[in-house]
Amino acid sequence: MELVDIFVRSVFIDNMVFAYFLGMCSYLAVSKDVKTAFGLGIAVCFVLAVTAPVNYLIDKYLLGPGALSWAGAWAEDVDLSFLTLIIFIAVIAAIVQLLEMVIEKISMPLYQALGIFLPLIAVNCAILGGSLFMQERHFPTVAHSFVYALGSGIGWLLAIVAFAAIRERLHYSNIPKPLQGNGIAYIITGLMGLGFMCFLGI
Amino acid sequence: MKKYLGPLNRENPILVQVLGVCSALAVTAQLKPAVVMALSVTVVCALSNLIISLIRNTIPPRVRIIVQLLVVSFFVVMVDMFLQAYVYDVSKMLSVFVGLIITNCIVMGRLEAFALSHKPLPSLMDGLMNGLGYGLVLVVVGSLRELLGRGTLWNIRIMPQALYEAGYLDNGLMILPPMALILIGSLIWIFNRKPKNAR
Repeated sequence: MELVDIFVRSVFIDNMVFAYFLGMCSYLAVSKDVKTAFGLGIAVCFVLAVTAPVNYLIDKYLLGPGALSWAGAWAEDVDLSFLTLIIFIAVIAAIVQLLEMVIEKISMPLYQALGIFLPLIAVNCAILGGSLFMQERHFPTVAHSFVYALGSGIGWLLAIVAFAAIRERLHYSNIPKPLQGNGIAYIITGLMGLGFMCFLGI
Repeated sequence: MKKYLGPLNRENPILVQVLGVCSALAVTAQLKPAVVMALSVTVVCALSNLIISLIRNTIPPRVRIIVQLLVVSFFVVMVDMFLQAYVYDVSKMLSVFVGLIITNCIVMGRLEAFALSHKPLPSLMDGLMNGLGYGLVLVVVGSLRELLGRGTLWNIRIMPQALYEAGYLDNGLMILPPMALILIGSLIWIFNRKPKNAR
């Protein structure tokens, strides 16, 4: 039950794009049509769901205050949390590289669909943001962090696909000249965010 | 000198190049965190530009992204510790967004586009100016949101009490996330209206 709760929360209420503005750069850049948006969305989901649990384990057993206590009594007071940022980003970059190689080996169609997006993802703030928010929330088990990451990824996917669909329609509408392009994109995202705020009560 | 001033105006990272939007929106509910964030990004951007430019000839192209990430995260950790030591309340408010400077596209974008191919001093200037251009937008949005949403600036009350007695209310919507997007959209609109920038 708790897991379902985390999932719904991370998809709708704490939506990556609308509540925290994470991954905005690629959100604005890769939303010209629904198909590519969907591809990137799936890739983000995938990487988030892999990196967040790994980072959770690293944080719990290597970096946090007293995390090294399994190694013996001498390590009880060791606190490596100042290394968090560097380790997290290194893990993300490494996992993205690894995933790219694995996908290329096992599934060519998937590689061709996701391939161009994967390198972009290492520097997508949604991924690092996912890990950092997960760390801030102090989930009790790996399962919680996995569900949280998956939910966040799906929330991001939902947002970018919906936005791309709206953008496709925009071609036919008559927008004031100075507002065309990015200006209207921001305003639409803002309005979508207002819409998503109706989930706040759940 | 003039060529460095572009990012403040016609090549503004947020309004024109649409880089680094992620953090720009989240920290602008009040002026103070916005200013701190702007300064942090400027410092990180300028210094990492300088370092990458100094070692640009020794980085193998294949691993350059990782090298850049490490250099940037080094400076971000420094900034994070500095903030925690000297302005703890703001650092609490910014929470994870200081860490997210690592993946801020302005920093990475300038490293890729400028520092890898230019001498150290111009790179330093370029980083500085891009950071300031980013900061400019942050400060404008931050002060608008705080003024209209809370009637204060830098936690000092600006809106006179008489106004509230006459029935004026703070616009609570301004504090909420979606308003930041709509404000930046409107800024872009105003910005593009200037004839010399018209497409």
